[in-house]
Amino acid sequence: MINPKTQNKIAIGTLYGVAGLVVLILMALLGYILISGLPQLSWHFLTAPAKAFLKGGGVGIQLYNSFYLLILAMLISFPIALGAAIYLYEYAKDNWVTTTIRTAIEILSSLPSVVVGLFGFLFFVVKLNLGFSILSGAFALTFFNLPLLTRSIEDSLRTIDTTQREGGLALGLSRWETVTRVILPAAVPSILTGVILSAGRVFGEAAALIYTAGQSAPALDFTDWNPFNISSPLNPMRPAETLAVHIWKINSEGIMPDAKAISSGSSAVLVLAILLFNFAARYLGKRLYKRLTSA
Amino acid sequence: MKSTEQLEQQLKRHSKAAKLEIWGKVVSFSALLLIVAVVVAIIGFVASKGLATFFSNHVSLWDFLSGKSWNPGVTDAHGKPEVGALPMIVGSFLITILSAIVATPFAIGTAVFMNEISPNKGAKILQPVTELLVGIPSVVYGFIGLSVVVPVTRAVFGGSGFGILSGTCVLFVMILPTVTSMSVDALRSVPRYYREASLALGATQWQTIYKVVLRAATPGMMTAVVFGMARAFGEALAVQMVIGNAALMPGSLVDPASTLTSVLTTGIGNTVMGSLQNNALWSLALVLLLMSLVFNLIIRLIGRKGRLQ
Amino acid sequence: MFLSNDITQNTEMLDRHVVQPADPQHPTILSTEDLHVYYGKKEAIAEGDLRFASNQITALIGPSGSGKSTFLRSLNRMNDRIATVTGRIMYRGVDINQPDIDVYEMRRRVGMVFQRPNPFAKSIYDNIAFALRLRGVTDKHALDEIVETSLKQAALWNQVKDDLNKSALALSGGQAQRLCIARAIAVKPDILLLDEPASALDPVSTSQLEDTLLELKQHYSIIIVTHNMQQAGRISEYTAFFNQGRVLEYDTTSHIFTNPQVQVTSDYVSGNFG
Repeated sequence: MINPKTQNKIAIGTLYGVAGLVVLILMALLGYILISGLPQLSWHFLTAPAKAFLKGGGVGIQLYNSFYLLILAMLISFPIALGAAIYLYEYAKDNWVTTTIRTAIEILSSLPSVVVGLFGFLFFVVKLNLGFSILSGAFALTFFNLPLLTRSIEDSLRTIDTTQREGGLALGLSRWETVTRVILPAAVPSILTGVILSAGRVFGEAAALIYTAGQSAPALDFTDWNPFNISSPLNPMRPAETLAVHIWKINSEGIMPDAKAISSGSSAVLVLAILLFNFAARYLGKRLYKRLTSA
Repeated sequence: MKSTEQLEQQLKRHSKAAKLEIWGKVVSFSALLLIVAVVVAIIGFVASKGLATFFSNHVSLWDFLSGKSWNPGVTDAHGKPEVGALPMIVGSFLITILSAIVATPFAIGTAVFMNEISPNKGAKILQPVTELLVGIPSVVYGFIGLSVVVPVTRAVFGGSGFGILSGTCVLFVMILPTVTSMSVDALRSVPRYYREASLALGATQWQTIYKVVLRAATPGMMTAVVFGMARAFGEALAVQMVIGNAALMPGSLVDPASTLTSVLTTGIGNTVMGSLQNNALWSLALVLLLMSLVFNLIIRLIGRKGRLQ
Repeated sequence: MFLSNDITQNTEMLDRHVVQPADPQHPTILSTEDLHVYYGKKEAIAEGDLRFASNQITALIGPSGSGKSTFLRSLNRMNDRIATVTGRIMYRGVDINQPDIDVYEMRRRVGMVFQRPNPFAKSIYDNIAFALRLRGVTDKHALDEIVETSLKQAALWNQVKDDLNKSALALSGGQAQRLCIARAIAVKPDILLLDEPASALDPVSTSQLEDTLLELKQHYSIIIVTHNMQQAGRISEYTAFFNQGRVLEYDTTSHIFTNPQVQVTSDYVSGNFG
């Protein structure tokens, strides 16, 4: 038996080692993405369309598609998640119905995204005949996003003191008026943070999209904003490969000569975008909170 | 007494607020119901498609679960289609368990460091780094696996470099931040006075951590690990990019293999809806879905047991 | 417990003690009859029978956990979701504890101010105008006027009249509580319920608040829960003493303080309690 003090030293030393190693791995990962990716970034890379068999293509359309899908998915999922969170936190009684509903949401959040994507393929692409399209992709992303966004909004509602609710009720307001006019405005900073963080997750998602939004990025005419034209960037019925799907596709097909360089660049763009989302979430959240509470 | 009647009338009139309340309840409950409908639809659709293999194509469940040869387009010597999913099931479980075994000590060690040994460095360096890494898209992990892990494996072990080992390495890094941050939460929920009481009794910091804190946080840590396993089991693209995609029983950790998710991602686009080949893939999806329910159940059971203690 | 047997018997004797406010100038505006409150199976209030005089201040006192806050919150049915309230609550002759009463309209007439100041995360102006706008008052002049009178009645106008657009969350505790009072009276209630409104305030703010309440009783009937004996003595005409979910004694404040009928009350008001 070693003396407890020596044992203590050894153990704590080991923990330092483990933590250091983890930081090293994670830093190496981040470093690799940025060091191999940043040199690829240029205006041309970010705006030019991809080339399938030639070097020197860009990711312009994929980048645009990623943002368009993100915005659509957030537009669909936010109101639903908001409503669900309001019901769960403000109205739901503690009974078996609520427990069942919560379980269902938990199950949805734990489903592998590929399963969500396959369901989207089956239901939207095939059954509803929407084809590989932005719309199918947006719905798949919505399903993927709903449980987490709901939970995050519910957590935001929880941060607002119950005395605020009582204040509204005591004025003769309904719970609904109290929530929409008092609680939600006060929870905006925290809700916004949650929304932006979930946007980061949606932005990088690929498995749910390869069979819903599709794996091709037809050329877009950025002067045509009529959503009914097939080459219009706004057309929700066109197939739309996103940046994340692009990385997967060029690596599994292996026909693009500079696939590695393009993937490095795209990975860096994805990671930078998510970094940006993270910082924006923190910054905006703090800023809004300050504005709300200070004079 | 006329005024009393008038007052009663006024007080019993359905006010605008009362109408809004009903409206609000209906609207918010509909949103909630929609989510539940989505869950039911997903399970229903995947189950009906996945069961078709057994009911419409009359493949026996046992052949599906134990068969070692996956080639749904081809029939074997007995005229039965080759839909043995065992290689993928084994691949998925192997990769999940291995990555959890590797990740757990690192995650718990890091969590203990962050919460018990150096909360300052934990909050300043480790916390932001893990938070950021949770957010890195899985295709990025897959790409790095492809361009770093696979070549290294190839150089060290020979062969193609694709296989369970590369998949494990990628998944290890992928689930590490998730398991770490959940373990930190578990440690954080251990009351402060546990530590103080132990230290006051003359225990060293390590004895306190090992005998008191870790023990109290065990249910939470187990949840973290199971959560990480669920994520590993369901991960599709990153694994698909490095595993080699050969639907064979894995002979060694460095031979190309496949998982349920990898076969699904590569296969579903190349089969015709309603065909046996396609139905068999949906059966794999059903296995995936059922496993995610099982993980969910395990997490619940751990939670319940933790509460009882 | 601290109660000896003979005092418990004493309690039984007096627990249906109800006073009719004697002064015909201040008729009963609110009364409870056979009121019981249950949290699940647990009875929190047993037979709280009280009558409240209009345009007077009635104090509800008693040790913590005696049910005084529960009783108060039952009066405008703030406890509906968490407790079962049986019996009648008669407001100007109408039982407002019936299921078909519109609680929103009722709460507009029976307003409430809480223990901790809870201004909304809005401007000072909007804190007051907001509920009125929802009730359809959109005219800017009308709103301005109500905001001003409410703030004046709550004795806050002079301090904030130049900062009406500033966030209410920046106000001090005492100011915030006055704002909550202004907010409550802006919807023109009949009765004002106050749940230990000064417990989170410093002594100066407390005494200002008391002055305000004494002014306010000209326009509103006030029922206030307080754990502060002196406060009850300073501002209230009537005092009800709660203990263990029962009203042990109810009388004019001077009577309760000088000539309590029950030993527990006597112990409590003289500070020899617990």
